[in-house]
Amino acid sequence: MILLWLIVVLLAGGILAWLAARWDALASRWISLAAVCIDFVLVLTLWSRDFNVRLAGTNDWFEQVDWSWIPQFGIRFHLAMDGLSLLLVLLTLFLGIVSVLASWTEITKGIGFFHFNLLWILAGILGVFLAIDLFLFYFAWELMLVPMYFLIAIWGHERRVYAATKFFLFTQLSGLLMLIAILALYFAHHRATGIYTFDYTELLGTPLDPHTAMWIMLGFFIAFAVKLPMVPFHTWLADAHTEAPAAGSVILAGLLLKTGAYGLIRFAVPLFPGAARAFAPVAMTLAVIGILYGAILAFAQTDLKRLVAYTSISHLGFVLLGIYAANTIALQGALMTMICHGISTGALFVVAGALQDRMHTREMGAMGGLWDTVPRLSGVALFFALASLGLPGLGDFIGEFLVLLGTYRVNVAMAAVAAAGVLAATFYALRLVQQAFQGPNTHHWQLPDLAIREGLMLGVMIALLLWLGLYPQPVFHMFAQAANQFPALWR
Amino acid sequence: MTATDVLALLPLVLVAATSVVVMVAAAVRRNHALALGITLAGLAAAFCSVLFVHSRQVTALLSMDSYALFFMGLIVAASFAVALLAYAYLAQRKGNHEEFYILLLVATLGGMVLSASTHFTSFFLGLEILSVALYALIAYLHERPRPVEAGIKYLVLAATSAAFLLFGIALIYADLGTMDFARIAQLLATKADLNPTLLLPGVALIVTGIGFKLALVPFHMWTPDVYEGAPAPVTAFVATVSKGAMFALLLRYFNQSGFSHGFAPVVLVFSIIAIASMLAGNLLALLQNNVKRILAYSSIAHMGYLLVAFQVGGPMGASAVIFYLVAYFVMTLGAFGVVTVLSERQRDADLLEDYRGLFWRRPGLALVFTAMLLSLAGIPLTAGFLGKFYIIAAGASVGAWALILILVITSAIGLFYYLRIVVTLYAQPAASDRAHEPIPRGAPATILVLAALTVILVWLGVYPAPLLVAIRAAISSIV
Repeated sequence: MILLWLIVVLLAGGILAWLAARWDALASRWISLAAVCIDFVLVLTLWSRDFNVRLAGTNDWFEQVDWSWIPQFGIRFHLAMDGLSLLLVLLTLFLGIVSVLASWTEITKGIGFFHFNLLWILAGILGVFLAIDLFLFYFAWELMLVPMYFLIAIWGHERRVYAATKFFLFTQLSGLLMLIAILALYFAHHRATGIYTFDYTELLGTPLDPHTAMWIMLGFFIAFAVKLPMVPFHTWLADAHTEAPAAGSVILAGLLLKTGAYGLIRFAVPLFPGAARAFAPVAMTLAVIGILYGAILAFAQTDLKRLVAYTSISHLGFVLLGIYAANTIALQGALMTMICHGISTGALFVVAGALQDRMHTREMGAMGGLWDTVPRLSGVALFFALASLGLPGLGDFIGEFLVLLGTYRVNVAMAAVAAAGVLAATFYALRLVQQAFQGPNTHHWQLPDLAIREGLMLGVMIALLLWLGLYPQPVFHMFAQAANQFPALWR
Repeated sequence: MTATDVLALLPLVLVAATSVVVMVAAAVRRNHALALGITLAGLAAAFCSVLFVHSRQVTALLSMDSYALFFMGLIVAASFAVALLAYAYLAQRKGNHEEFYILLLVATLGGMVLSASTHFTSFFLGLEILSVALYALIAYLHERPRPVEAGIKYLVLAATSAAFLLFGIALIYADLGTMDFARIAQLLATKADLNPTLLLPGVALIVTGIGFKLALVPFHMWTPDVYEGAPAPVTAFVATVSKGAMFALLLRYFNQSGFSHGFAPVVLVFSIIAIASMLAGNLLALLQNNVKRILAYSSIAHMGYLLVAFQVGGPMGASAVIFYLVAYFVMTLGAFGVVTVLSERQRDADLLEDYRGLFWRRPGLALVFTAMLLSLAGIPLTAGFLGKFYIIAAGASVGAWALILILVITSAIGLFYYLRIVVTLYAQPAASDRAHEPIPRGAPATILVLAALTVILVWLGVYPAPLLVAIRAAISSIV
């Protein structure tokens, strides 16, 4: 039941926040913050309660809700949580809190509707991470798009309508392909067993001939690859991230991209192990291309948010590589990268949002020497840029290192080329710091430094990255069972 | 014809009688509210009677089976909504309004006859009752040029297509010697010396007649002009009741007469028409700046989606068609309902500019419109999503991958123009003086209809199980 409450609290909180804005804008913000915090605490209690159970590694799901929904099609309202979903749900709620805080002063128009959309996106993302019925999964997958669309189209920057429409069209079209794939699997399962069901646990191990399996797998893969985004489906990303308001960018980079990776780990590989194995070389090649291409594009940007957006392509390339390297180490690394990328890139977007809020520009050419006027903000930016380039001691390093280690055992060449991506990250990350923050303050900026709200939020994110970088064991434990089973799927 | 027969025909009798009562009342004393009241009471009574009538074949012409009764309920409910929408719309204009309700009731009657007909005679009768009433309804605001032009356009084309239809019926009659659907099925299955040179042209001509009414490509030319020219509530009626009733007939005819499954060319033709409708509807809508015309082209695409499910046949296809039709009724009525509310005395609110920044001034109305548009685009939490899901599922169940792939791609294209309207709703109001003009508030009855439609839309999108049970019962009599 607690899983349902997680979603209901966000949905109800969204409606309340909207209604409250009629009387008081501040109330709307506090209600949103409270709703996400309540959820966060709920999930933390789940973590502490089930941590020992998890280590024993006995039951598959440590929490679920399973109700009949549309019996005519065998559709069930089935939510379930394992280590993987728990970690991603925690990340979702944490970044949810960050995005409410990040928009505290940025959003001044339509405050109620903004928070309604924000909380409904979070609810949709939780639905994606928790849904175990494929229909419900698709439902949540589509549902998170609409509020995200509004977030970009109403509160975004200059080219918001273009970016929002592009984002929606890309994800909607790929989503519909996934729907076809889901239905193809549904009917294939019916032909094999005589049972109509969308339930993940029952669809696992559906006998499929290799040809069919490959086509259906591709339907899933494309949907997830667009979200991830994998080259060549990445073109929506830079526009959407750049034009979205700070909270929107945080959610896009931190969470929406992760839904694609989650889909691959949860569905695209386990449902079609044979096809995934056959497809792995292609996926890994595209991943490596993405790592390098994303880094090069990032290096060439002059728009701060665009630069950070392109780094995501590079980082998510590591995730894709780790998933298709098909061993425990690489998969653990992929998950670690997902979480740390969520935090570090999320933080960089908060920094970019804070700068835009103060300077009304994102052009790095117009910055330079900001360290003189906003030392705390600059220091924080340096920290997250270093995290992003994979400095040892911070979480991102652990993730990318493990991915490379795991890949090396499968394919030395891929690992070698991907390692060059880590090097390329140094260039764009340092360029960001040098152009924006170091050097002389030629434009004579006089800006207010970090407020307490911003400092607190970014401070917690710094602490988290340090913790994950120095003591990542809790995350590995939580994910251990799924990660250990994963390599067995491929044989 | 016995008393039981008449009792079985109660829904038809009630609607017909109501139109007479409205006419007599208008002759005694003209009163707009009274005419509306009688109409609503009659439609409500007809709706209730639908729930109680027992299934029965009444003469060779009409079958009051569960299928017909389901559609009658749907049609009557839609007319009820249209009447309520029309009241406030007409009230702000000069002229006599009572006749509008008479025509509306007659057109409804025609639609109901169509959904129950099992014979070419009743098919043609129902079609003409519907069409003739529609000519007048479309041109009802005769002091404006656009409605009159639309009415005449519709008259000429509808009459021509009716002639095609009649000729097709004649050809089939010439070969088979019967006009009864069930008997046709029997003969097609057993008759040794079928004459394809008579039958195929016959079917083709009938498809032409039906295709015109449904606005399928290439018989769709009238749609944007009529949608644009007709008064908004009438457009809603043309889009829903007229097309829905015709689809009901199409589904029954091809299921009962067995044409679709025995005749490969027929299946091929419907596939081509479906693909052409989906492509043309969605692509041409991209070029429009007029909301009514966008919705017109989008309705062409929606008919294409429906044909995809129709292709599939069997219980799966039939129930997908019906589910989508119900969803389509709700969202189309809702969308045109919003257009109706915003329409001013002089002109209908059909330009995109009329909707700029609506959200910041009338959030409720903008949200209703958003819900309807997202439903038309097939986004979750709305009936349109489940409808599209059902159609794709039906297609996937028989492996019609090419058709559903085209459906998916074209509906992604379709998303683009729905989003265009949605973006306009949430854009900053323009700085021009238009922004300061008051927006019509909308009568309580209209608001009530829109609220009800939105609730139904979301309810069907979240919990469709009861409707699916009803549909399963309804199709039991035809497949």
